Amino acid sequence: MMDLIVIPILALLAATAVTVARIRNLWAAVMFTGIYSFLSASWMLILDAPDVAFTEAAVGAGITTILMLATLSLTPRRHRKSGRLSSEDFEERPSKSPLVPLLIVTITGCALVYGTFDMPHFGDPNAPIQVYPQPSFVEKSQPDMHGLPNVVTAVLASYRGYDTLGETAVIFTAGIAVLLILRKNTDDQGTSESQSVTGENA
Amino acid sequence: MTDFLGLYNYWIVIFLMMTGFYIVIARENLIKTIIGLNIFQTSVFLLYITMGKVTGGTAPILKGSHSGESHGAESHGAESHGAEHGQELHAAAEGHLDSGVEAVTEIYSNPIPSVLMLTAIVVGIATTALALALVVRIREEYGTIEEDEILEMDRNS
Repeated sequence: MMDLIVIPILALLAATAVTVARIRNLWAAVMFTGIYSFLSASWMLILDAPDVAFTEAAVGAGITTILMLATLSLTPRRHRKSGRLSSEDFEERPSKSPLVPLLIVTITGCALVYGTFDMPHFGDPNAPIQVYPQPSFVEKSQPDMHGLPNVVTAVLASYRGYDTLGETAVIFTAGIAVLLILRKNTDDQGTSESQSVTGENA
Repeated sequence: MTDFLGLYNYWIVIFLMMTGFYIVIARENLIKTIIGLNIFQTSVFLLYITMGKVTGGTAPILKGSHSGESHGAESHGAESHGAEHGQELHAAAEGHLDSGVEAVTEIYSNPIPSVLMLTAIVVGIATTALALALVVRIREEYGTIEEDEILEMDRNS
């Protein structure tokens, strides 16, 4: 049964990605990105990664969409004073001939597909990724963590705790950088639109 | 044919990845470019998660209990559920070696790709936020978010 539900999810994922590439209205593109994130979260759930699925649904579909919408509201094509905004203001211009990018993408894709022929098959229990870090840590994690059943949490918060600390440092740095970039220059009378996004990032 | 079924997921991921790549290189709108980067990034998450899946496996949340509280219930659970309690990441082939102790071993998918991708998702939102802040700043400075118009202004100045 699980195998059957994968097919529509993958088809929808591919269709959503193509729609994002083709659609010109940026609001719609942002919304389709949210849909794409939710669909990929569903697939992750089927692939036995519920933790990643939750995070992808919350962060990828939620926070990213909010940040993108906030940015869109700050970057209409016309200046705000010239009346109400319409959907026209969030359309990108028609792009030039897509032939060269399509060619590049096709060649890269073919090279990557050629690369997959050496990959271990999907679900193969003897693939290097399953064998190499000695899997016995899965058994040991529960006594190590005083009965915590979720191995992902155990690895994330304890075995790779320094990595998670570094990740927090990355978030902190990004937050500071966003604040610095969007800070209003007092000497230079810029537009007053910049402040609202900073709150979202905190 | 077995090749097709075994590698099908990778090809879907590559298709998604290339769609994101196409958006990044073909579109001139800066926000659209960031959307493309996001799609690319999500496809990389999917690639890793796909690699961590083991056939017949389940999510890496241990069912057996080593904590004191539920230790007493263990033998009862083992009887009623057909001794469904050990923790094995390995699939049946290697599970057989341990099966002298436990009759049925549970197969878990690999937790390590999940952990790596959790970190990557959070770092990804940080870079996205930074990129979007830069877009807002560029819009303030140039009045447009179309890449070629920005380059044109740079050339003329």
